[in-house]
Amino acid sequence: MDSILEGFEKALALIWALDREMLEILLMSIRVSGGALVIASILGISVGAVTALRRFPLRDTLVGVLHACMGLPSVLVGLLLYLILSRSGPLGFLALLYTPSAMTLAQVILAFPIIASLSHAAIISVDPIIRQTARTLGATSFQAARAVVHEARFGIMSAALAGFGRAISEVGAVLIVGGNIAGFTRVMTTTIALETDKGNFELALAIGIILLTVAICLNLCLYRIQRRTVVGRR
Amino acid sequence: MIRARLIMAVAACFIFACVTGAGAATDILCSSTTSTENSGLFGYILPVFEQKTGIKVKVVARGTGAAIEMGKRGDADVTFVHAKEQELKAVKEGWFVNRHDVMYNDFVIIGPEDDLLKIKGIKSAAAAFKKISAGSMNFVSRGDKSGTHVKELALWKTAGINPKGQSWYLEVGQGMEKTQRIANEKRAYTLTDRGTWLATKDKDRLQMVIVLEGDKVLFNQYGVMAVSPQRHKHVKYAESMQFINWLISKEGQAAIGSYRDKLGNQLFIPNAK
Repeated sequence: MDSILEGFEKALALIWALDREMLEILLMSIRVSGGALVIASILGISVGAVTALRRFPLRDTLVGVLHACMGLPSVLVGLLLYLILSRSGPLGFLALLYTPSAMTLAQVILAFPIIASLSHAAIISVDPIIRQTARTLGATSFQAARAVVHEARFGIMSAALAGFGRAISEVGAVLIVGGNIAGFTRVMTTTIALETDKGNFELALAIGIILLTVAICLNLCLYRIQRRTVVGRR
Repeated sequence: MIRARLIMAVAACFIFACVTGAGAATDILCSSTTSTENSGLFGYILPVFEQKTGIKVKVVARGTGAAIEMGKRGDADVTFVHAKEQELKAVKEGWFVNRHDVMYNDFVIIGPEDDLLKIKGIKSAAAAFKKISAGSMNFVSRGDKSGTHVKELALWKTAGINPKGQSWYLEVGQGMEKTQRIANEKRAYTLTDRGTWLATKDKDRLQMVIVLEGDKVLFNQYGVMAVSPQRHKHVKYAESMQFINWLISKEGQAAIGSYRDKLGNQLFIPNAK
């Protein structure tokens, strides 16, 4: 119990002192996971929309695979990516291993199935009347699709948030492909793992608390944007 | 509109962060072991080297087995580990060049304070292992192919015992400090390096003591070697050699020898030739 209280104290002290190293780690976390969020959202929402609105062969299989991939073990993704990006692997010439880009890539792979599956679900549950009405009002099929996606925007927003949550809290894959190099690929989760290894529980806990705070703040921001648009439209 | 602008701003920030983050001056990647990183040695000596040469050494800390493998695959420029036989074998196979001894510390056997199996007083590590295997207490093994694990397996071999699968033999697959903590919880014996032991026994409130030390076979030699530029064309061989030559120079050796942990213990003794 004492160590948990000490953790809170230390977290406050760290935030108060605005420790430079800590700030770099925090920014690296946001950069890696923010990048993953942007890329996985673009890919995931597109795939989610296409699978929800169009019929094509093997569509159901694709949706099933995406659903199954929501539970991909992150260390497995890390290991496979490591073997692919390693200098002795097929994409070794890109020199991506142990860089922030490799970490972003790993998080994209983990977040993409979640965003795709959940946006698919959100779009598919939009009332079909909306699409039909749009078509009868003379919308092209693309315009009608856009109207449906727009209707599902809150569900899609939640999908993106869930994907971001998976990305920023992930430790197994980024540890393997990032290497946890001090000042270069060290992010909040890998720092927590390292400090726990070193037995600095209070420090590890303090970083955990900061990570949690950042995640909550980002979620609140997005939630507010969402709210504002709802209120604005009414 | 506001929302679109906000999204644009976020995207712009992100792109900016990506662009500014990329492209560093000269840096090399060193694959090493958790003991060198976690003990704080690298944090102490690498800035000295960087100041002098402008070369930044990025460290990926893994178990010795993984660290050597990283070098073999060409994912590191230089490898700094402590498993001399494995290192020499990898050099012989052509994966590495210019291996040098750098420093050493030693392994010790630790156990519960009351030392129920009465290991204290035994001089030979192998004999102690034999006694542990015959006793009623547990032994915790790193089980992760680290240098410490390799040393431990060699000792079992000398003792003529195959501990694998025995109910008293717990393979945990974790780093040294965690292994010590598990041994403490389980009231078990384990093999550890003196550096980790000194740095963590008070902090982790370990109710354990050294039961055997000083046997010559417990000598723990650290070595450094460059990844062969013949095997991997892309490695930064010249910079790696600068690093290696600095480590074994008078200056580098003095830096290693002057490192003290928070409690004032000297963890590594330089011995480059």
